[in-house]
Amino acid sequence: MIEISSLSKVYAEATVVDEVSMVVAGGSITAIVGTSGSGKSTLLRMINRLVEPTRGRVVINGRDAATVPGHLLRREIGYAIQGHGLFPHRTVAENIATVPRLLGWQAARTRARVEELLRIFQLEPAEYGAKFPHQLSGGQQQRVGVARALAAEPRVLLMDEPFGALDPIIRGQAQDDLRDIQRRFGTTVVLVTHDIDEAFRLGDHVGVMSRGRLLQYDRPAMLLTHPADPFVSRLTGTADRALKLLSLTTAAQAMEPGAAAGDGPAVAATDSLRDVLAQLLWSGAAAATVRRPDGSAAGQVTLAGILARGRSD
Amino acid sequence: MPRPATLLRLAALALLLAFLIVPQRFAPLFVPFTEYGAPPIYDQGSLPMLALAHLGTVFAATAVSAIVAIGLGILVTRAGGAEFLPLSRTLVNIGQTFPPVAVLAIAVPLVGFGELPTLIALFAYGLLPIFENTLSGLQSCPPAVVEAADGMGMSPRQRLLAVELPLAMPLILEGVRLSLVVNVGTATIGSTVAAKGLGEVIIAGLLSNNTAFILQGGLVTGLMAILLYELMGTVERRILRATHLA
Amino acid sequence: MVQALHARRRIDRLGALLGVVAMVAATTLPFVVFKANRIASGEPRSLLAALPSAPLLLASVALLAVAAAFVRQARARLAAAVVGVLTVALALAWAADALTPAGNRLVRISPGAGCWLLLLAFALIATDALARLRPGPLARVGALALMAAAMWAAFAAGLFDQLSIMREYAVNASGFGRELRQHVLLALGSVGAATLVGLPLGITCHRVPRVRGAILQVLNLVQTIPSIALFGILMVPLGALATAVPLAADLGINGIGPAPAAVALFLYALLPVVANTVVGLGRVSPVAVDAARGMGLTSWQVLGEIELALALPVIITGIRIVLVQNIGLVTIAALIGGGGLGTYVFQGVGQTAIDLVLLGAIPTVALAFSAAVLLDALVDLTGRAAP
Repeated sequence: MIEISSLSKVYAEATVVDEVSMVVAGGSITAIVGTSGSGKSTLLRMINRLVEPTRGRVVINGRDAATVPGHLLRREIGYAIQGHGLFPHRTVAENIATVPRLLGWQAARTRARVEELLRIFQLEPAEYGAKFPHQLSGGQQQRVGVARALAAEPRVLLMDEPFGALDPIIRGQAQDDLRDIQRRFGTTVVLVTHDIDEAFRLGDHVGVMSRGRLLQYDRPAMLLTHPADPFVSRLTGTADRALKLLSLTTAAQAMEPGAAAGDGPAVAATDSLRDVLAQLLWSGAAAATVRRPDGSAAGQVTLAGILARGRSD
Repeated sequence: MPRPATLLRLAALALLLAFLIVPQRFAPLFVPFTEYGAPPIYDQGSLPMLALAHLGTVFAATAVSAIVAIGLGILVTRAGGAEFLPLSRTLVNIGQTFPPVAVLAIAVPLVGFGELPTLIALFAYGLLPIFENTLSGLQSCPPAVVEAADGMGMSPRQRLLAVELPLAMPLILEGVRLSLVVNVGTATIGSTVAAKGLGEVIIAGLLSNNTAFILQGGLVTGLMAILLYELMGTVERRILRATHLA
Repeated sequence: MVQALHARRRIDRLGALLGVVAMVAATTLPFVVFKANRIASGEPRSLLAALPSAPLLLASVALLAVAAAFVRQARARLAAAVVGVLTVALALAWAADALTPAGNRLVRISPGAGCWLLLLAFALIATDALARLRPGPLARVGALALMAAAMWAAFAAGLFDQLSIMREYAVNASGFGRELRQHVLLALGSVGAATLVGLPLGITCHRVPRVRGAILQVLNLVQTIPSIALFGILMVPLGALATAVPLAADLGINGIGPAPAAVALFLYALLPVVANTVVGLGRVSPVAVDAARGMGLTSWQVLGEIELALALPVIITGIRIVLVQNIGLVTIAALIGGGGLGTYVFQGVGQTAIDLVLLGAIPTVALAFSAAVLLDALVDLTGRAAP
């Protein structure tokens, strides 16, 4: 858990972060979204004290961050950034081993952890461990960057536009991977992005920042249905707000009893209503059957049901 | 591709060593450049000793320059030394407008004739390329890499030693190489202020109007500079390959 | 907390350091060196001993030193530093006047360590302030012109005539203009010729990648040969040419003299010109070239109007490098009878007369410095059009 209270950063003339308070629940993903210059990166960098706060307090898992020397604090917190920042003169394995080495881990433990992480990120240790960053593709470099941030088993992971440099397809894959890994390790993730879709896709909670202030901090659906500020509603989009809302709901949540007629498409319980709607429109059917992994029907999702959920309350 | 070049280098090295060890064997080549029966080969001192003295002066001065210049470069790129950065940059630019001869000549009245003024001039002149390259090397580290180092909890010292210096190394080495080669040339001028070195041969030729001396002095220093340049290039590549930056 | 620290630390550390250096230099080190005649050994004289008005001067130096440490605004610091340099220069001139008995032409007064250090400290403060102000190209040229005008006025008024270096000048006055002209001629001529040859060579290298490596490697090799050696080596073929072809000798081509120097300087200048032309042309955006072709420009028009125009700042940077380098190298030409300001440097070394050395060295540095400022300004001006 990260408790941020009245955190501010003031440079000579400008207040970059202005009295931000928020609580990030342990084991969740919080996405902070805002335009460039909104102060979102500064807020993130004050959590691991890459930027020293002017005022306010950050408490991480019960301990005031200001009571620990900055560089020691940062060794306990994972940090991944846009453009990955891999050390070009170190191999992939050496890059990942950076923080364990700083912490003085035994060589065998470090090696085992590096191999574990490489496997998790679908990079065969024997093939990729000895490679240099410039020998990898953009997507692979980014994965190594995240693996490096997770190397010392941090309970908190900070990410600053980690997928900003990736093309859309690899980006989607990287986002899914992050979700999986976050669940697997139960890491508390704070992620900064300028992409509202990414924030909605990843964030259990989403914070919207503008001009140094935290305008709203809530569950994604609440941002869509109850925007606290005109800026929030502009940012979340007016035209496709309904579709965004649908993409936050799964078929399982909108399931009704029964099975669709013969021409209805089959969908999985984890598919979003947005995907289900697309399938219904394409096939011309009025309802889709939700199937369990074993193929049996669990229920149905009807067009009428979807439309009702896409409406603002 | 590299084969003929390597052969050429070895041939140049062999030629240089042969000339330094048994110069008299080359006498017939230089006779046409002498007049009135003057000696065709420099006979006022031992050529190998002069060459060694020359190299010794150059290496000693460049080593000190490297230590001071790299140290200064590190200092002004740290947070505490930032106030000195604009000035040091400008000084490097202005410093390059000082001809080496002037530095040498001004050092003489201060410390007298001999090796010392030459060492001072070589030291001062060798500072500039190394300092400049250290600066640009340290400043051209990708910001994302430096930020990642900080973000992972490296102390400033660890960041410098493990990340910044290794990344700046190619440029720093290039600066040292430049300094070395320039100093081989400047050290020849040191002979005008009585420093031991191969400039003696050329100066002796100029004073006694013996073109053969001038020619052999010029050839030996020229060969030495070229070989040193190539040698440093090889050392550089070795180091870079060892640190995986090539 | 960090913010508060910054607010509290009002002292400029560089200014404070240089201010202390200036104060120590003014109070403890000899301001001038007095010699009864040219070959007598020097007696150091402190500022207090050399000048009746010394206390006033010390007070102003102290004031300026304090200003350097506490005034943080760059313009004010620059003004204080310039006043400092002028004060020290005037004090030097007055001290020389005060120490020279009327009508005595034998006494030699040279600036001492304290004077040099004071000048250096104030010049460094001025340089630092200038570096922070980042003046535009025209402002820099203007400042250079102002400096030159001030120097000229000081010399025309005979302000420094009692100083030893000006005594050396007086002795060499008849030849000084000639050597200066020779120096400039050798430097400019060699760089001019190298530009004329290097530009087409660079364009060729850019267009024909096959020859690029070979040409650059040969030129690189030439650069590594020590200047004195290259001068010496070139004396042989040029001497032979003069003997074989009397016409060449009539034209002034000779083994000894300016000819081998000119050829060597030309060869040294080639590499930076060619290399920078190649780099500059290589950096031109292929999109711009493509667009120009698409609009129907001929190959020559593309070269002239697009490629060379965009590469110009880099090419001029190359010319700046060689011009500064060659102004320095010309001094060595004096060793092989090539003339130039190096003549005084080597004469001075031979006679252990530092003032004679300075008579050659100071104008050389001034020339190189001016060339650097002027060409840097040109680089900036031509670079404005390009992104």
